[in-house]
Amino acid sequence: MTVQPLLSVRHLTTEFQLAGKQIARALEDVSFDVMPGKTIGLVGESGCGKTTTLMSIMRLLPASGRITSGNVYFNGIDLLTLSEHEMRAHRWKEMSIIFQGAMNALNPVMKIGDQIREAILLHNLMPRNAAEQRVGELLELVGIPRLRRDLYPHQYSGGMRQRAMIAMALACSPDLLFADEPTTALDVMIQAQVLELLKEIQKKLGLAIVLVTHDLGVVAEMCDDVVVMYGGKVAEYGSAELVYNQPQHPYTQRLLEAFPDLSRSIDSSTDLATIPGTPPRLNALPPGCRFSPRCHKSMEICTQIAPDLIAQNTAGNAQHLAACHLLNKLEIKNS
Amino acid sequence: MSRRDFLLRKFLLSLVTIFVVIVINFMLFRVLPGDPVRSVIGRNVRISAETQQALREQFGLDKPIFPDQFIDTIGQWAQGNLGISWSLRRPVSEVLMSKLGNTVLLIGLGQVLAIFLGVTLGLLAGWKRKTAIDVGALTFSLVAWAIPTFWLGIIFLAAGSAWFGLPTAGIMSPENTGKPLMTILPDLARHLFLPTLTLTILYLGEYMLIMRSSILEVLSEDYILTAKAKGMSDWQVLWRHALRNAMLPIVTLIALNLGFTVSGAIYIETVFSYDGLGKLFQTALVKQDYPLLQGAFLLLAVSVIIANMAADILYAVLDPRVKES
Amino acid sequence: MNENWALFKRNLFEFWKAFRRNKLGLLGGFLVLTAILAATFAPLLTPYAPTEVIRDVNGRGLTFAPPSVHAPLGTDDAGRDIWSQLIYGARVSLAVGFLAGFIAMFIGSLFGILAGYFGGRIDNLLMRVTDVLLVIPDLPLMLVLVATLRQMDLHVSPLVVLVFVIGLLYWTSTARLIRSQVLTIKERQYVARSRAIGAGHVHIIRKHILPQIMPLIVANTVLIISTAILIESGLAFLGLGDPTQPSWGAMLNFAFDRSAVTNGAWWFYLPPGFAIVWVTLGCVLLGNVLEDMLNPRLTAHHLESNQNMIAIQKREGE
Repeated sequence: MTVQPLLSVRHLTTEFQLAGKQIARALEDVSFDVMPGKTIGLVGESGCGKTTTLMSIMRLLPASGRITSGNVYFNGIDLLTLSEHEMRAHRWKEMSIIFQGAMNALNPVMKIGDQIREAILLHNLMPRNAAEQRVGELLELVGIPRLRRDLYPHQYSGGMRQRAMIAMALACSPDLLFADEPTTALDVMIQAQVLELLKEIQKKLGLAIVLVTHDLGVVAEMCDDVVVMYGGKVAEYGSAELVYNQPQHPYTQRLLEAFPDLSRSIDSSTDLATIPGTPPRLNALPPGCRFSPRCHKSMEICTQIAPDLIAQNTAGNAQHLAACHLLNKLEIKNS
Repeated sequence: MSRRDFLLRKFLLSLVTIFVVIVINFMLFRVLPGDPVRSVIGRNVRISAETQQALREQFGLDKPIFPDQFIDTIGQWAQGNLGISWSLRRPVSEVLMSKLGNTVLLIGLGQVLAIFLGVTLGLLAGWKRKTAIDVGALTFSLVAWAIPTFWLGIIFLAAGSAWFGLPTAGIMSPENTGKPLMTILPDLARHLFLPTLTLTILYLGEYMLIMRSSILEVLSEDYILTAKAKGMSDWQVLWRHALRNAMLPIVTLIALNLGFTVSGAIYIETVFSYDGLGKLFQTALVKQDYPLLQGAFLLLAVSVIIANMAADILYAVLDPRVKES
Repeated sequence: MNENWALFKRNLFEFWKAFRRNKLGLLGGFLVLTAILAATFAPLLTPYAPTEVIRDVNGRGLTFAPPSVHAPLGTDDAGRDIWSQLIYGARVSLAVGFLAGFIAMFIGSLFGILAGYFGGRIDNLLMRVTDVLLVIPDLPLMLVLVATLRQMDLHVSPLVVLVFVIGLLYWTSTARLIRSQVLTIKERQYVARSRAIGAGHVHIIRKHILPQIMPLIVANTVLIISTAILIESGLAFLGLGDPTQPSWGAMLNFAFDRSAVTNGAWWFYLPPGFAIVWVTLGCVLLGNVLEDMLNPRLTAHHLESNQNMIAIQKREGE
């Protein structure tokens, strides 16, 4: 019997209304699956649609955002067909989210413990005193002494705030945790601790994690699967092992070259390759493949026709897809 | 900054401001032409040169202005001795105290109504940005800002008395003075209605604008998104997370607005012949009753400064970020 | 011509192109401009001198006369034409408002630039002074000041006293605004570079800082002028204007003192107020639009209703 995916995103397309009636297509045809208890990484430079993907799934887009097509199946239910009222019951109880800056994501005038308890009480999971008990347990789970529940966010250190945020995210025992650049704002030392904590918690509670990051090192350490995004589209998608060892898309290859390999010692002075240029503005997307203006392997067809995701031959049932004309050469020649 | 430092700083600032007010008041007292003895005994009292000299010595007016007279004056003021009103021939402090209650009643009513309505409407306007409520609220506050206080008062006075038969002056009908409060309440309300309405409309716009921009700022914060992600409805987010954060600037504004409120009281009490400090101030101005004018200025300024400090303390209590470093 | 000023001129042109499309801004500009024109061409627009008493056939003053063909807005208690007083009053109200506004703008900008640019003690001093001025209730302070100054033998018009008192008390908000703007400009690369190659303070302020904050100063001045006009009308209403040269506020003072309200002479007390609202509303609209264009505010927030978030057509069977 095959395991059903917990979250299944299908052909998700999201647009933003810009000033002057311009439309920016922030996501186009994004599809991926999240298996129960596994971690999937969403990788790419800033502005490539990672956060928009999370916000579309949780239906928390700003007023200018619009999901124009696609499905988001969660445990088989299409979240996009629910009413806002029904959707609210799913949020946090089944899928919660950790934001990049915990300082801003926590209410500055509310005690940490109260903010955690609020989530539990909101979904009527248990009576007040039991919820209070659970707040203590959650704080201890993330390594914060119970007594600190009465402190305010500004009295916590940066790392502690992110831990508190994680405790809050776990409050309703969700099946899925979105982590939007959970370590970006932290010191390197603390980053490692927070990631370690996430791993530990996943092992203990068995929840699935969608990790948004631009740090490939983090992905290598944490993820089972990877979605590489560029300009609002999926460039490459597959198991972390395959994407790392046999990157197919030139963008993934460049990204991997641009990041220091964790297995190498840090002081080895390897030159880090950088990708020239900047990601495209979403209201001025290039025709054809969106990466073509920056691609070192760009061909004529790349500037005209957008490539489809093509499945790669893999051993077993591991998946590996990439969207690049290079992988399609034979077909083009034959046709 | 620790909470203690914050409060200490505010306290020192208040002291400095009170000192500045005292210096201004003292200096204005001295630059007036004529013998300062007059300011103590009144302008039109005939006295002989010897008596005048004796009085000069008695009040220390023959001593140097600074520091002797200055320190002496502060001492007098501190004891509540603000001189004798020229026009009323009564001690200034006594006159002031007799009018204080009426003004506090008027300002208090106007402020409470304006704050309540302004905060509510501002909240709605910011939340439902760019809807009819928002546009209406913005237009209203813009026009309210551009209308001179006293002119609005005059219009209400004219319309209220002509069309609704409302009284045009005073705080109660003359035959009601001295009767128990309960029996004259309807009469009191009829007299207070127009001045309170004018005050409320004027301050409403300001509170509405500030609340609107405050709530707009708060609602674009990340913790609002967190609250929504928790599964809260918009109302729950507003009530539990946005309101308290958005109210913080309002607390400061209420304090800063007290000076503005005093201006309103002067205009409105003048228009409605309402027997309070504002009307007194205007009378003193017209009659060039300087001891009364300066006494009233001192009282108004010091009250506003102290109220401001109170608001700062309240702010420190409400915002935990001020509590510790 | 310095290149920064050339840039400033080009920006100004771009600005005008954007401004032209803003209806509220145009309305504000229209209101202010008509008032200025009325004040300038007052003699051409008025049938009487403002002090002239209109008499009936028997030679008696036409007092408290309602609007008619003789006096388009009626007459006051002495039989003088309200319309003529109103148009001439524009001269007084606008002159006091503009002059006081310019003084406040000048002091505020000067202190703001000095404090923002040099920082340190000057900055500290400025902030403390504004702190103190902010807390003292302004109307009582002004009333006491004006009353005292008028009592002294200064031999100046009461209007001059008003201009200076208003101008000298209303610069603090401008100073704070300019200061914070200068603080951000100061940190920019080209200013640092300019300083590094040894440009003097005066040079940097003139060539780099001033062109950048000029639009902000203009927008702020418009707002300050509207405040000054309102304040002047209030002080004049309380009897501190010049009775020989009545502004709109002084007209309202006359109207109120001479029982226009109880006499039902609405043509006496309504027009001056409308005139004040006309100009202040115009200034506020203009100022706000200018400020908004220079300094765009928040564009969206998290609770903005989004019924159309999911724009997918309903699937079959639903």
